[in-house]
Amino acid sequence: MQISPIIISMKTASAAIVLTFMLGIFVARWVVEMKSERAKMVLDGIFTLPLVLPPTVMGFLLLIVLGVNRPVGKFLLQFLGIKIVFSWTATVIAAVVISFPLMYRSARSAFEQVDPNLIMAAKTLGLSDNRIFWTITMPLALPGVAGGGILAFARGLGEFGATAMIAGNIANETRTLPLAIYSEVAAGNMQTASSYVIIVLLISFIVVALTNYFSMKERKYLK
Amino acid sequence: MSLIVDIKKKMKGFSLEIAFKTDGEYIGILGASGSGKSMTLKCIAGVETPDEGQIVLNGKVLFDSEKRINLKPQDRNIGFLFQNYALFPHMTVEENIGIALKLSKEERKQKVDEMIRAFHLQGLENKYPNQISGGQQQRVALARCIIYKPDLLMLDEPFSALDSHLKDQLQNEVLDLLKLYDGEVLMVSHSRDEIYRFCEKVVIIDKGKTVLYGDTKQIFKQPKLYTAAIITGCKNISRCEVLSPHSVYVVDWGIILETEKEIPQNIKYIGVHAHEFQMLDKALAKDEKNVIKCRINRIVEGVSEFTVHLENEKTENKNGIADILYKVNKDQWNNREEKESLYLRIPDDAILMLE
Repeated sequence: MQISPIIISMKTASAAIVLTFMLGIFVARWVVEMKSERAKMVLDGIFTLPLVLPPTVMGFLLLIVLGVNRPVGKFLLQFLGIKIVFSWTATVIAAVVISFPLMYRSARSAFEQVDPNLIMAAKTLGLSDNRIFWTITMPLALPGVAGGGILAFARGLGEFGATAMIAGNIANETRTLPLAIYSEVAAGNMQTASSYVIIVLLISFIVVALTNYFSMKERKYLK
Repeated sequence: MSLIVDIKKKMKGFSLEIAFKTDGEYIGILGASGSGKSMTLKCIAGVETPDEGQIVLNGKVLFDSEKRINLKPQDRNIGFLFQNYALFPHMTVEENIGIALKLSKEERKQKVDEMIRAFHLQGLENKYPNQISGGQQQRVALARCIIYKPDLLMLDEPFSALDSHLKDQLQNEVLDLLKLYDGEVLMVSHSRDEIYRFCEKVVIIDKGKTVLYGDTKQIFKQPKLYTAAIITGCKNISRCEVLSPHSVYVVDWGIILETEKEIPQNIKYIGVHAHEFQMLDKALAKDEKNVIKCRINRIVEGVSEFTVHLENEKTENKNGIADILYKVNKDQWNNREEKESLYLRIPDDAILMLE
C-alpha cells in the first residue's frame, strides 16, 4: 500500500469542500432570493444536473470545456501557462462539480425553511439584506448547511468517474483512493486494494458519525 | 401624523383593493380571516409590493406605482408586530431588542436596559424567546419595535395567539405600553371586541375590498351597509321593502316596522343586534308598536347569557332561516312571566337601516 493516494485524496477532498461549501452557499442564497419563479426553476435544474448525470458524462463535458484544444483550455494554457486536464487541479474540479449539487440543495432547503416572517421582521427593523443573511438566515440554517457540507465532502472523497475522465489515473499525481482501488484490483492486487478499502470505510464512518452529531446536537435556544 | 393608503394587488382568488386615510389616531382594520388584512400591512411595511397605487406616510411617499417609487422596508421606518411575534429564536431577549440599533456598545446597552425596564422584562435579558411565556414574547416584540421610534406602528392580530383568560390582562398591558409610543398605530384584527376597545377609527374590509371607513363607535352603532353590519357582529339581518318614509316591511320576520327616523329609499335590509330587543309582558305588548309575537325554537345557554332562537308566530317554519337571535341575561330570562310565546319589541334606535 502506498501513502500517496491517501494524501492526494485528502488534499483533493479538502480543497474541493472549501470551494463547494462557499460556492454552494453563495449560489443557494442567490437562487432563494430570486424573484422570478421561472428563472428559479431553470437554474435549479442546471445546478442539480451533476447529481443526476452519470459522472463520466460530467467528466466528458468538462473535458470538452477544459481540453487543451478547446477555447477555455487553450486560453488557460497559452496565456496563463496552466494546464488543467490530467493535473491535480482537475481532481479538485471534478470533485467540486460532482459534489456541488449536494451542497447547493442542502443549503437551499435549509435557507427556505427559515420562517419568512423572521426575514420580514428583520427588514422592517432596518437590517440590511447582507446583515439579515449572515446574522439571521445563516445561523438558523446552519445545521442543514453543515449537514450538506459533510455530505458534499464525502461525495468529493469518493469521486471516481469524472476524475478518471479529466484527471486520469496518474500515480503520485492524480490517483485518488477510489482510482487506486480500481487500479489495484485491475492489476490483481486484492490485498493492497483491501487496505485502501478499509481506509475509505474508516473515513466514511467518521463522516456519518459527524453528520449524526450535527443533526442531533441540541441547540441551546431550542431548549 | 397621517397615512394615506390606496392600493391594488392581485392575489389568489381575489384582488385586494384597499383605500383609507388617517390622521394621528389609532386605526383598526377589521375583517374576516383571509380577507387581505395581513397583506395590507405587509404592503405598507414594504415586505410585499402592491400592483398599483400609493402609500404616503406623513407626507413621505413610500410607494407610488405611477412615479415608480418603492422604498425598501429598511427605509420606511415602520414598526411591525407580527402575529407570531417573529422573535429571532437564536438571540436572547436583550439581543432581539437591540439588534438593529446603530449605537456604540455602551449606548446600546443603556437604551436596551431602559426598554427592558419599561416593558417589565427584568431578569429575562439572557433568556431565549422559547424560554419565556407568550405574553412576555409579545412584550419583547413590542419593545423591539418601539425602541426604533417608528413613524407608524402596525400590529397584526396582536392577541389572537393568546389564551382567552390572558387576553383581558394583556390587552390592558399593551394599552399601557402603547402610551410609551407617540406615533400612529394601525392594528389588524378579526375580533370586533379588540378593534372596538383599541381603535378610534375603523376600516372594514371584506374579500379584499374596503367596505366602510370611519369612526369606530359610529360604525358599530350604525353600520349603514349589509356587509359592514355582518362584520361588526349584527346577528339579525332581514330583507325589507320600504313602504313609506316611516314604515318598512321586514320580509323574513313578517312584520311592518314604523320608525320615527326617516327611512332612506335605497334601504334593502333591516338589522337588529341580538341584545337590543326588549322583552315585554303580554299586557304591555298590546299598546306598543313594533312588537313581534314569537315562537321559541331553541334556547342555547352561554356562560353569562342565553341565546334564544325565535320566530314570528305568524310565519311558517323555514328551517331556521327566519330565526331571530335574542341574547338575554340569565336572570331576566328565568324571571319572565310569559313562558309560551314571547313579545319582543324593537326599539326605534336599535333599527339598523342597511344598504
